[in-house]
Amino acid sequence: MLRAYIPIFLFILVGIAFAIVTLIVSRLVHAEKANEVKLEPYECGIEPQTDARDRYSVRYYLVAMLFVIFDVETVFMFPWAVVLDRLALFGLIEMFLFVLILVVGYAYAWKKGALEWA
Amino acid sequence: MTAIGFSRGDLYYLLPELIVCTGALLLLLADVALSQQRQARAAWVAILSLGAAATLLAVMSASETTIARGTFAVDGFAIFFKLLFVMSAAVTVLLSHRYLTIEGGRPGEYYFLVLCATAGMMIMASGIDLIVLFIGLETMAVCFYILAGFLKPNRRSNEAAVKYFLLGAFSLALLLYGMSLLYGLTGSTALRAIATALASGSSGRLLAVAVMLLVAGLGFKIAAAPFHMWAPDVYEGAPTPITAFLSVGSKAAAFAMLLRIFFEGLPAFHLDGLGSVFGQPLGWASFFYVLSVLSMTIGNLAALTQTNVKRMLAYSSIAQAGYMLIGIVAGTPRGVSAALLYLVVYAFMQLGAFGVIVLMRREGVAGDELRDLAGLSSRQPAIGIAMLLFMLSLGGIPPTAGFMGKVWLFASAIEAGYFGLAVIAVLNSALSLYYYVRVVVYVWVRREEPGTPPIVLSRAMIVALAFAAAGTLALGVYPRILFELAQASAASLGRAEPMLGWLR
Repeated sequence: MLRAYIPIFLFILVGIAFAIVTLIVSRLVHAEKANEVKLEPYECGIEPQTDARDRYSVRYYLVAMLFVIFDVETVFMFPWAVVLDRLALFGLIEMFLFVLILVVGYAYAWKKGALEWA
Repeated sequence: MTAIGFSRGDLYYLLPELIVCTGALLLLLADVALSQQRQARAAWVAILSLGAAATLLAVMSASETTIARGTFAVDGFAIFFKLLFVMSAAVTVLLSHRYLTIEGGRPGEYYFLVLCATAGMMIMASGIDLIVLFIGLETMAVCFYILAGFLKPNRRSNEAAVKYFLLGAFSLALLLYGMSLLYGLTGSTALRAIATALASGSSGRLLAVAVMLLVAGLGFKIAAAPFHMWAPDVYEGAPTPITAFLSVGSKAAAFAMLLRIFFEGLPAFHLDGLGSVFGQPLGWASFFYVLSVLSMTIGNLAALTQTNVKRMLAYSSIAQAGYMLIGIVAGTPRGVSAALLYLVVYAFMQLGAFGVIVLMRREGVAGDELRDLAGLSSRQPAIGIAMLLFMLSLGGIPPTAGFMGKVWLFASAIEAGYFGLAVIAVLNSALSLYYYVRVVVYVWVRREEPGTPPIVLSRAMIVALAFAAAGTLALGVYPRILFELAQASAASLGRAEPMLGWLR
């Protein structure tokens, strides 16, 4: 049974070896010319404005959580769509019920003002 | 094509759960749709859906079948527990009504969470597959984390929620680890397939680790020592009706899950098969033996010194979990039915005792300190008598239900040869009388402090307390019906077969 895991084991070994070899080789061949711009944290090419450890609104979390919930809903729909022809009418009703439950949650969040930004 | 989807029978037998879930969704909509004045109607939605679920459960009480491809059992055992959950949820709703007005919580959200927790418990009672059981447990636990912190401006309530969440998540991880080991050993998550697979091969040490993790995870949920640390803080900080529901519903649901896992999934390892300690064979009964003794002793000793009634009842509920575990250690049909019986008895007396504490909460009075109970009997004699009844029952004095429950539990231990355990239990029971009677002394002997606001009885509260008191007394005087019900339910454990006939 354990034999089946040998390729995975090899894969891990190769992965670790690759990381170590790259780091060592680049350390050996690279040139060291540090300047101010190079040492700045990389932020998609935009110059950093402030320190990263700053206070920001708790609403980010709320929106992020709502996003995750409704995002997962969509993820669930993909496998359902693939096998819908075999699930037939039952599958269709089931998904409508699922979406209905989520709509209740959505309506609740909306009316509660969770989507408003102010 | 038949393998996909649910059959008519599946849907029929799931109706109680579906009704509770529908009620929950309606409540969530009611929370945003109803105006502030009409919010009180939310309680009716909760009561009606619980009532409908109870009626359906009573209708299908004779069924014995498995549905949803053998992951969900609808047998006497499940229905017994489900009726218990629905009943305690309904009493909780009745207790909460006025409490919420005083505390200023939103009823829609609150009852939504109560119903969701109930649905989770119902799944826990029926699940005969580790994954179904775990989903039920999570559904219930998440609702309780939020409910414990429902009083947002209250620091204690917040503390309770955070503690319960962090420790609860940790214990769930342990439980899940135990489950994954079981799955690894047997290649199945269905409890009966696990039982069959384990019967053929020897698994020894790894199985012992799995059992230990399961015991720890479930021990946390039933608040058995040494996994009880969270209980006093959470019970004290949570809104009082939720404490009542937590200590009755959550505990009973965890017991249902425990019985399912150990009596359906691991019946062969009751007394041996998990290695040996000091030359003695080790089975899961040994773990529960230790848990039982520790819970009874630690719970009762710690309760002696408490001055906060909610905290005292928390330690008392730890001790009560210890008593119930005796039935599981014994492992005989009589032991299991005694544990089932005691869970019902415990529900009545515990809900009643917490109901009186809820009643003491008035404008400006927290009401959960022992001295707040002073003079209760002269203000509301009927409530004083009810509290006397609940305390005597918790202490195990005849003619209350608590006495009958303990007699059966201790007798099952003696019958199975656990004399030591029975002696420890009786000694503990005697010890516990001190702090139960102390409450009675405050209610009946001490005089009230002048200038405290009056105690107002609402109709919902009267119904809830009368129900609890009637149950506590009736089951003590005439326990026969419950005896028979508990025996039949315990016997149905592990017997349900997939259904045949038109419903298929």
